[in-house]
Amino acid sequence: MLKMTHLSKVYRTEVVETYALRDFSIDVKEGEFVAVTGPSGSGKTTFLTIAGLLETFTGGSYHLDGVDVSHLNDNARSKIRNEKIGFIFQAFNLIPDLNVYDNVEVPLRYRGMKAAERKKRIMESLERVGLSSRLKHYPAELSGGQQQRVAIARALAGSPRLLLADEPTGNLDTQMARGVMELLEDIHREGATIVMVTHDPELATRAQRNVHVIDGQVVDVAEDRVFSTSQLAEHSPA
Amino acid sequence: MFAYYVDLAWRSLRRSRGLTILMVLAIGFGVAASMTTFAVFRAASGDPIPWKSGKLFVPQIDSAGPGNGNTDNEPPQQLTYPDAMALMRDHRAVHQSAMYRLGVSVVPDKAGAHPFNVDGHAVFAGFFPMLDVPFAYGSAWSHADDQHRAAVVVISSHLNDKLFGGGNSVGRSINIEGKNYRVVGVTDHWDPKPMFYDVVNTGGFTTQRDDVLIPLPSAIDANITNQGTTNCSRPSPEPGFVGLQHSTCVWIAYMAELDSTAQVSAYKRYLDNYARSQQQAGRYDWPPNNRLRSLPQWLDYMHVVPSDTKVSLLVALGLFVVCLVNTAGLLLAKLTRRSGEIGVRRAIGAPRRAIYAQFVIEAGMVGLTGGVLGMVLTALGVLAMRVVLPPEIADLARLNVGLFALTVLVAMAATVLAGLYPSFRAANVQPAWHLKSH
Repeated sequence: MLKMTHLSKVYRTEVVETYALRDFSIDVKEGEFVAVTGPSGSGKTTFLTIAGLLETFTGGSYHLDGVDVSHLNDNARSKIRNEKIGFIFQAFNLIPDLNVYDNVEVPLRYRGMKAAERKKRIMESLERVGLSSRLKHYPAELSGGQQQRVAIARALAGSPRLLLADEPTGNLDTQMARGVMELLEDIHREGATIVMVTHDPELATRAQRNVHVIDGQVVDVAEDRVFSTSQLAEHSPA
Repeated sequence: MFAYYVDLAWRSLRRSRGLTILMVLAIGFGVAASMTTFAVFRAASGDPIPWKSGKLFVPQIDSAGPGNGNTDNEPPQQLTYPDAMALMRDHRAVHQSAMYRLGVSVVPDKAGAHPFNVDGHAVFAGFFPMLDVPFAYGSAWSHADDQHRAAVVVISSHLNDKLFGGGNSVGRSINIEGKNYRVVGVTDHWDPKPMFYDVVNTGGFTTQRDDVLIPLPSAIDANITNQGTTNCSRPSPEPGFVGLQHSTCVWIAYMAELDSTAQVSAYKRYLDNYARSQQQAGRYDWPPNNRLRSLPQWLDYMHVVPSDTKVSLLVALGLFVVCLVNTAGLLLAKLTRRSGEIGVRRAIGAPRRAIYAQFVIEAGMVGLTGGVLGMVLTALGVLAMRVVLPPEIADLARLNVGLFALTVLVAMAATVLAGLYPSFRAANVQPAWHLKSH
């Protein structure tokens, strides 16, 4: 589903080159739930933005759902983002002057979907996250957990092949975070492919597989195993 | 998607009401100032007879000679009476007319009614077909009437209303300066602005109207004097109006219709030959120095469009540009506030062109609202024109559907133009950078 091989991302200025990712390889199979962990500044989010075609890369290759995405233009990248990828952000990133229904509708609008089909999908997604009774609410009228559920509904509405989650519980309290994680696990059980970036080792234990990143490189790939806090701490900067 | 973008624009404009109001006010005032002055400028600079102006020519013959008060070696703007009559006799144009300005008193038939003064021109029969003068009743007099110095008159519909209650007055008589003239025609609301056939004596724009048109030979016979400009380089040999006719003073306006370039060339040759013959006859002691300007060239040469109108238009356009720059700045400020939303939209599948379209439509809606405000302000501005411009100029600015439509169209087009750069910036927001920064 998502395959990066020897991928690199370099930020260049006149005086310095900074490697955000270096010789980065990862292969996420269809239906997997992968957690990408690492300390702040390790390159987790850069990986996620490249995986989500929000940013280009400098070297290596990246195939998404079998398509080499390195030479796609803006329209093609936008189309893939719209049709194949669902994003869940730490800050929810709902549009404040759109209500719940309209927020979930946004990706479907850009797909040019008919109104009846849009409505059906929106209602299904909101029922899936338990917010079908809050259609007319605006983001400011919802709790953090509810906002993240709306964001998940927005990501699910387009039936994406891949869900990319960036610290999905980072802005939530423990109880709300648990609820959101349970929702993600449910979605995974239903067959979705999920890649979740987190620096929370406990969250990482909920994934099928962990990929640990330090200084832009994958340093450890653990399948069906659980990282302990102490193990992760060893890789973290002092 | 258009309806979706309109809906998004509406929400966005409502969300930041302060900025929206500022933008709408800027566009509204800017476009209103421009359109108000444009309305005056358009009327003042418009072609008064567009279907024919290229065929109408004003001849000038240098009857004063070099160093006789002419600037830039230009011949006088009017003709002497002998020259004008010679041109009329030779009849080298399709239509032609010498003319001079009248101010006469009319004595109504009704008992007890007081005489009143009206303006007019003494012209030849060719004047009417040359200028396509429309008639409500009757027609022009004939060339024979010119030759026989007939006491006939063409009156305006305004004077016809006043004297005859608007009915068909052809065949009726009116008393002008104590002499009866038979009405042969009534013009149909003909009051061209500028009064292009005699800009020397009227300045082009005047609140006065030609209520009577009398055959020039008849006016001369009746001693109806010239009320226009008279310029003399030498004193008249004899006093009075008769003396003026024999003098070298210029006081007769002249216009000729020439339908082809060949006719124009021939007429120029004719003017030069005429001047040469006058030189040989000892009347002029200088070589021919003639001009033959088309009507548009003549109006331009005579500076018929008041310079303050041009300056006002330029100032107003400058103000509008400043308003547009401010609007572009405000749109950029809105963009900065909404970069988060743009990042999210891009992340979930909006291509650049969709963001671009969304912002351009938002700018268009600001322009539309500003245009509607501008319409109201333009209406007020046109009414307020009388305060800043002379009435004969201010009267030209008319409110009509075309002006209103143009106001909205200009406001929308200009605002969309001002919104192109902010929209371009919006479409190029880097979603990754924005999403990382959260």
